[in-house]
Amino acid sequence: MTIHLKIWRQKDKNSPGKLVDYTVDDANPDMSFLELLDWLNERLMNEGREPVEFDHDCREGICGSCNLVLNGMAHGPMQGTAVCQLHMRKYKDGDTIVVEPWRAKAFPMIKDLVVDRSAFDRIMAAGGYISVNTGAPADANAIPVDKYNADQAFDYAACIGCGACVAACPNSSASLFTGAKISQLAHLPQGDPERNRRVVNMVDQMAEEGFGDCSNYAECEAVCPAEISITSIAKMRREYFNALSEIE
Amino acid sequence: MTASKNGTLNSKVPEGNLQDKWDNHKNNLRLVNPANKRKFTVLVVGTGLAGASAAASLAELGYNVKAFTILDSPRRAHSIAAQGGINAAKNYPNDGDTVWRLFHDTIKGGDYRSREANVYRLAQVSNSIIDQCVAQGVPFAREYGGLLDNRSFGGAQVSRTFYARGQTGQQLLLGAYSAMMRQVHTGKIELFPRREMLDLVKVDGKARGLVARNLTTGEIERYAGDAVLLCTGGYGNVYYLSTMAKNCNATAVWRCYKRGAQFGNPSFTQIHPTCIPVSGKYQSKLTLMSESLRNDGRVWVPKKKGDNRPPNEIPEEDRDYYLERRYPSFGNLAPRDVSSRSAKYVCDEGRGVGKTGLAVYMDFADSIKRLGVDAIKAKYGNLFAMYEKITAENPYEVPMRIFPAVHFTMGGLWVDYNLSSNIPGLYVLGEANFADHGGNRLGASALMQGLADGYFVVPYTLSDYLAENLHSKKIGTDHEAFEKTEKETMERINKLLSVKGKKTVLDFHRELGELMWDNVGMSRNRKNLEMAIKKIGELRDEFWKDVNIPGENNTLNKYLEYALRVADYMELGELMARDALDREESCGGHFREEHQTEDGEAVRDDEKFSNVSSWEYKGDDKEPVKHTEDLNFEFVTPTQRSYK
Repeated sequence: MTIHLKIWRQKDKNSPGKLVDYTVDDANPDMSFLELLDWLNERLMNEGREPVEFDHDCREGICGSCNLVLNGMAHGPMQGTAVCQLHMRKYKDGDTIVVEPWRAKAFPMIKDLVVDRSAFDRIMAAGGYISVNTGAPADANAIPVDKYNADQAFDYAACIGCGACVAACPNSSASLFTGAKISQLAHLPQGDPERNRRVVNMVDQMAEEGFGDCSNYAECEAVCPAEISITSIAKMRREYFNALSEIE
Repeated sequence: MTASKNGTLNSKVPEGNLQDKWDNHKNNLRLVNPANKRKFTVLVVGTGLAGASAAASLAELGYNVKAFTILDSPRRAHSIAAQGGINAAKNYPNDGDTVWRLFHDTIKGGDYRSREANVYRLAQVSNSIIDQCVAQGVPFAREYGGLLDNRSFGGAQVSRTFYARGQTGQQLLLGAYSAMMRQVHTGKIELFPRREMLDLVKVDGKARGLVARNLTTGEIERYAGDAVLLCTGGYGNVYYLSTMAKNCNATAVWRCYKRGAQFGNPSFTQIHPTCIPVSGKYQSKLTLMSESLRNDGRVWVPKKKGDNRPPNEIPEEDRDYYLERRYPSFGNLAPRDVSSRSAKYVCDEGRGVGKTGLAVYMDFADSIKRLGVDAIKAKYGNLFAMYEKITAENPYEVPMRIFPAVHFTMGGLWVDYNLSSNIPGLYVLGEANFADHGGNRLGASALMQGLADGYFVVPYTLSDYLAENLHSKKIGTDHEAFEKTEKETMERINKLLSVKGKKTVLDFHRELGELMWDNVGMSRNRKNLEMAIKKIGELRDEFWKDVNIPGENNTLNKYLEYALRVADYMELGELMARDALDREESCGGHFREEHQTEDGEAVRDDEKFSNVSSWEYKGDDKEPVKHTEDLNFEFVTPTQRSYK
């Protein structure tokens, strides 16, 4: 099949970028989208041109490295799917795909489709953990967790930290990402003593990094490859208000 | 090649009963007092389970830690992709599990090619790992009563595997990553993302630092420390196609090998039986379907060659459930090496399925009938969804097609009981070392080993080394050893960039991968191994004359990163073939066709090969020298593994 691509090329964060046209005339429906980019890069290098830089690693939807916006949709057209698991059979012969990076002030450009998402790590460092040192904690079965809460915690813990929520949000908010971690921990008895401190520090750090606030567009939920629910944002807000009232 | 006499490698296994060794050893290890801990800097390379857990634990103790990852965040390390679970001897199901039994299953699963004392320690600390992870908020699967759930895995007859749906590795890594980020916040860990270690810096024979390439700017950076911990994972990507993430590589371990660290059992590779088959030349990686699926999936091929009917039209009497037939007591849960080889045999006989004939069926129809679709969905929903995304087939309705793929490397840098390589100050943790899995790793044991090494072993053993070096002189990055190492690294990069040849890095990597898979893969023989050694050498020469690397050094340049890694695979691949040639026996994943029983089972040679082969680099134009460490089985008696 033939696929036309318009790919964002940008040398570095100080140079202007632009969309550049490419055509791959021997794409295969069983290729993943990233394999299509590999295929294109092989051709570019054989022609002595510079390949397209993009982040990728596990290519099975779990590491959260890949971060492409296809035709305006973060991770492309398939719901609950990171772009590394999107296959070309979703497209028709002759289709044109516009390929762009995540765009957000808090994710500075590095090169082409590669951006810097270290702001997420700093939000995690601000409080996304239970403060327990390596040592000899109580037996794992000492504190039962009812199945409902354990399953809820898991649903929120499934976040892969890719940043699609930010890319899709008109406000470039990281609320889904931050809310997911806060909600996971809020459903568990472990770490309860620090829940107030946690939510305040993480939310403050999120603002400091330059992410916008949430105004309930729910675009984040629509593109999330791990299908994290925006109830996580509601939970985060509730945790935050509770924390403020309890801290005062 | 010359073999040195036994005893050149000192494993430093403590005296005493197996059950007491680790406790006694801990009693004798030297400590560093809290005021002195902050005088030490430890460089931790890699942030997967081993690296993140070690970095967090050491920082909690008060050491200064610098942590390096090639990715943009520590949370993306490939431990994240482990699906099935983590073993521990908790015996919560009351099915007869004990520390001894976990130890025994692991050492038997490894076909008696691992060190007794290491494996026993691994089983001993396994329970603490689960406690630690639960305290961190890892959401393991639970029963309605609120207690933890277990399932069974290959090579074991008890249910000792803890899991978090099909994303256990992700949840354990996020636990360790969280613990690490907490220490980043306190300032005890300094984090260096997008950095790739390109060489080890040695001063007076000790590991004192490293040089790394800043992958964003291309700058070569120097880092000094009192010890270096390599937690850089395995080298399965030598085979090009594997279940490893695309950035997993062997450069850090290989560069340390070239600086004198010995490489243990390089040919020991695990080929995992249940991966999604290759679909075409464009294929960039393979995806694993968790072994846990074998609890409910039945593996079969048609009885007759060339039976092209769709699977659901092949009646029961025309199907061969070959694992259940050949291994009635373990059935579909036979260990990985045994299951993979069995799949290869039936495909070699022409009974493989799918377009390429290189696949077998894993069928859930019976389990769905017995347990209902909902129960299967609850257990494996995400795996089934992943399969459907990749293949466009619905495994609730048609059987999955699976085939073996390279998944794990049991070999790695040689370490002693303290996880120290033969270079003082260079420690190797997790998959990067050779230590615990022998000839074959059992399912759900890799996560256990990575976390055991990082949380519960190295924090003790490293203090012993640092205590001994309390008064040694601090080395700055202006030391001539850094100067020299950086210069050599730059020369290598410039040499590669100046080749300006015609073939892409990917072309070379794919060619190397095919050579490795065909000749140093599931089944090996002298003729093919000798041929592979010759051809890898020729390919390597061609690589340095004709590789085409785009762009410059002073920017983000992923194909340059890739070229540096493939250059090292070209050397490591040859060492793997040499080791496979030298080991004239079959054990675990290392299957030499010359050494098998009449019905195709592996035949070990305990007289000659009850040992670790550890290779020493002697120069690019010289053959490596093999040293051996004898494996003394004091507490178990090696027998021929039987899963029948």
